[in-house]
Amino acid sequence: MMKLQFLLAYCLIFSTSLVLSATDAHQKKLQSSYDLMSNENKAMQDDPSLNPAMFWLGDGETLWNQPSAKNNQSCSSCHGDAKKSMRGTATVFPKMIKGKLQTLESQINQCRVNLQGNPALAYESKELLSLTAWVAYQSKGIPIAVKKTLENKVALQKGRQSFYERIGQLNLSCAQCHEDRAGLKLGGSTIPQGHPNAYPIYRLEWQTLGSLQRRLRNCMSGVRAQQYEYGSPEMAQLELFLAWRARGLPLESPGVRP
Amino acid sequence: MSKTSRTSVTVPPRAQRGSIIEIRAIAQHDMESGFRYTDGGKIIPRDIIRVFTCTYNNVEIFKADFYSGIGANPLVIFTTIATETGTLEFRWIGDHSYEAVNQANITVV
Amino acid sequence: MRQDSHFSRFQQGRRTWFKRIQKLGLMAIGVWFSPVTVFAKPEDAARAIQAITGGKPLINGKVNLAIPTLIENGNLVVLKVSVESPMTENDYVKAIHVIAEGNPLPNIFTAYLTPRSGTANLTTRVRLADSQTVWAIAQMSNGSFYQGRAETLVTLSACIESV
Repeated sequence: MMKLQFLLAYCLIFSTSLVLSATDAHQKKLQSSYDLMSNENKAMQDDPSLNPAMFWLGDGETLWNQPSAKNNQSCSSCHGDAKKSMRGTATVFPKMIKGKLQTLESQINQCRVNLQGNPALAYESKELLSLTAWVAYQSKGIPIAVKKTLENKVALQKGRQSFYERIGQLNLSCAQCHEDRAGLKLGGSTIPQGHPNAYPIYRLEWQTLGSLQRRLRNCMSGVRAQQYEYGSPEMAQLELFLAWRARGLPLESPGVRP
Repeated sequence: MSKTSRTSVTVPPRAQRGSIIEIRAIAQHDMESGFRYTDGGKIIPRDIIRVFTCTYNNVEIFKADFYSGIGANPLVIFTTIATETGTLEFRWIGDHSYEAVNQANITVV
Repeated sequence: MRQDSHFSRFQQGRRTWFKRIQKLGLMAIGVWFSPVTVFAKPEDAARAIQAITGGKPLINGKVNLAIPTLIENGNLVVLKVSVESPMTENDYVKAIHVIAEGNPLPNIFTAYLTPRSGTANLTTRVRLADSQTVWAIAQMSNGSFYQGRAETLVTLSACIESV
């Protein structure tokens, strides 16, 4: 009897691990949530004369060239023309830099505070969104290239754990919707795979431009969970896992989403 | 609050005399409808663009009244006949003394 | 095991409830198809239209109003109006009014055109509070009024922002 139970348990574990590896998003064909949008919204994203996010790009370009009050340094003082120096940059973020996991926003703040003597920009502030959008825009069309490295291994694993962990009053994990049920309906909307390839986005729900962290907080409040704080290590780790999971998808920043 | 006077207009730079051209005009504005509430239950007061006008060499060729039902970052696409070379001027006026102006030149052959 | 039976009782209760809703739904659809409801306009919208026309008759036709039939998010909906008109000095569209029956304020916008407009085609982006009928009223240079309408379904996001 004991031997049979042992055998059954072994089979169950073996098949479960097979199922788990099969549901890794990279086995499934990666799909951007752009494909799920209506034609009108797709046109809004693609046409610069229709995309409201263009205004933030204008602000971002201005801020990029604006010298700081303290030491007269602007982003362009070190990085020159963003169109050249920032090409491809957004595709490798989040990234381990000097032992710390940086997202695009946190790295922008790092530069501004330490090298320009500027105060840090608040998350979701117009300035930080504009700069992030401007930098990300320079990589538009380039595939996400976040790789698993020795340096980011621990952070990536933590991010993966967050993604598969059930949270909140509704006791749901990210994976339960965006892996297992991607393509099915939740209410009137089709569940997307949940890739971060268009951020920052002009979200129609927000009626303004917003970051990936804002969207993740929305998901968490959606399942009635305690939201990760803006700029927290947990957020960065989850962003890292999401970017790695979406590797190969071209960036659409700044995107439009419903 | 992303209200600034940033605006963007799309006008063909050249056109045949008498042809119909398409003009796109969009302004960066939250268009606070006046029907939303704060978390505390207070009404957020209305703050919208109310009038948009377009003049062609100082003659008004298009005007629109906007109400709360117009979406944020209001866009309008309309047509006009390319009558002569000159300047198209666009003006947005709204609540709390909001005013924004933009221009585009057109060469009509 | 106890949890299982409780769950299936819950499911059965839901099934009966669902059947009742289905019947109600069919009745509701029946009512919707009756002539009275098809042409009825909620009061606020009707009053707004009355203020525009001054009581003059509204003629169906010439006005084409295009909104997507299923909308993912009502905050920014592309709306296109086109009115058939020669747009000459003697015969042109003076104004186009758009009225939404289901919005807190029915008036959405009014566009004023001239014979120099070339066409009476317009595109803008509007907010639609709920699934509803939207009307476009065209005021012609000869004082007549034409109307067109579009029906639409507005869905809400699954994951909202504030708790």
